[in-house]
Amino acid sequence: MEISRDQVLHVAKLARLALTDDEVERFRGQLSAILEAVGKVSKLDLEGVPPTSHPRDLVNVLAEDEPRPCLSREEALANAPDPEGGFFGVPPV
Amino acid sequence: MSIDIDTLRLTAEQVNDLLERREVSSQEIFDAYRAAIEARDGELHCFLRLTDGEGEGIPIALKDVIGTKGVETTAGSKILAGYVPVYDSTVAGRCKGRGLRLLGKTNTDEFAMGSSTENSAYGPSRNPWDPTRVPGGSGGGSAAAVSAGLAPWALGSDTGGSIKQPSALCGNVGLRPTYGTVSRYGIVAFASSLDQVGPVAKTVRDCAFLYSVISGRDPADSTTVDVPAVEVPAPGTADLKGLRIGLPVEMRDAPGIEPGVAEAIAKTIALAEELGAEVEECSLPRSVEYGLPCYYLIAPAEASSNLARYDGVRYGYRGAGDDLTEVYERTRNEGFGDEPKRRIMLGTYALSAGYYEAFYGKAQQVRTMIIREHAEVFERFDLIMSATSPTVAFPIGERADDPLAMYASDLLTIPSCVAGLPGLSIPCGLSEGLPVGLQLVGPQLSENLLFRAGHALEQAIGFDFVPERLR
Repeated sequence: MEISRDQVLHVAKLARLALTDDEVERFRGQLSAILEAVGKVSKLDLEGVPPTSHPRDLVNVLAEDEPRPCLSREEALANAPDPEGGFFGVPPV
Repeated sequence: MSIDIDTLRLTAEQVNDLLERREVSSQEIFDAYRAAIEARDGELHCFLRLTDGEGEGIPIALKDVIGTKGVETTAGSKILAGYVPVYDSTVAGRCKGRGLRLLGKTNTDEFAMGSSTENSAYGPSRNPWDPTRVPGGSGGGSAAAVSAGLAPWALGSDTGGSIKQPSALCGNVGLRPTYGTVSRYGIVAFASSLDQVGPVAKTVRDCAFLYSVISGRDPADSTTVDVPAVEVPAPGTADLKGLRIGLPVEMRDAPGIEPGVAEAIAKTIALAEELGAEVEECSLPRSVEYGLPCYYLIAPAEASSNLARYDGVRYGYRGAGDDLTEVYERTRNEGFGDEPKRRIMLGTYALSAGYYEAFYGKAQQVRTMIIREHAEVFERFDLIMSATSPTVAFPIGERADDPLAMYASDLLTIPSCVAGLPGLSIPCGLSEGLPVGLQLVGPQLSENLLFRAGHALEQAIGFDFVPERLR
């Protein structure tokens, strides 16, 4: 399954990856080969087979709504690249 | 008084005995492992960082996807360089609670994506049996550390084989527990419907004991369940009388199984029969044929979602940019290595409009098919048995440029992972001087049975877990 340069760029944009030109070409080839291999599932007739999203059938796991200690502001910001004035600092949107 | 502490030979159980009898102090034990690391880790590169640890108990190493309060946790990625968790993962907390003393954090393929540790942003680990070869992956650092006597035991994490496969390639015992038995709270997430934490050790008894420490329901991880009391098998020999073992023929006859691996497995099967097991062929045709494609759609799809959090805002690396979108894109492209990028793009593609049904939707249905196929086999058998890895440890670099060849390393471990089943890998012999792993898989929550069978086989096999070149 051959995917195009435009498809790679589209997916990279959705995934917020600023790929270099070299990467676009390399990943185009590799992703085409991988999709060719995994794409064989799409040819299976699985009419009526339900999908599995989780390997154990847990339903509605509930907990009491009780307040518990949480991270302090300092802890929450401890790893932030730009902890500006007690907030997560970012450049203009 | 000072006794010679041979970390290559000592099991965690023996370390515990030495400590309980006060023949050595916990500091002497800790220092002995640190000396072994000093002597051998320059070559092997199992550890990403060392810690002084706390506690008076048995030392332990943790894979670097396991969050540790106050100790940098990078998941083998540059994007998490300098990230120091402000809380402990549940498993790290449970280990500390039992007095286990942290030696350090072990190397892993970036975000646990890989089968060789060559995808680590910090360089590959090497196999203690032959340093020109990979230790497997993603948890190659933990497996190689245990094998080389740099830690008596360790924790790894397993999404499609990252505990079992490196354990096989390094001659260790490794358990991927039933999905839901071990908390993932505080673990760097890869694919959440598959990720499990589990033990790597030198013996089945050590493995069972460590599983008893980390398993159990955790209110902080809603996917965890109540776990039956863990039964550590009694020391000494045991039989397998009455145990029905199935041999999936598609796993035995799969292309790419090395003759030396097949031979070691066949010998172990004969041994199982001598121990009284009823061994018969069984069939998992669609699980083996469609397991890899199913996994390599579901895991990347979940990864593309989980790894969306690395945006340079709250923690980790931040790339330079004039506006927020540019910061996101630069952060991610500069911070992630090739394998996470490949999987993020693959997953994003499989989930995108127009492709969702044909790829991700179909993979979820295939997953149901694989679960059903295993359930049918377990109506007739207590356990199934196969090789863990089709090959012994392969040379560093051999598969590095061919993602599909690398993915094929997990052919035999993936089907049971997809089905949420527990699997134990034990060493069962050598091929070309390198360890071969035997994989035992049972129904959900059958860990005690896996330990009992694994222990009986281990005693009968008598594998010497110390790498020949280090004896």
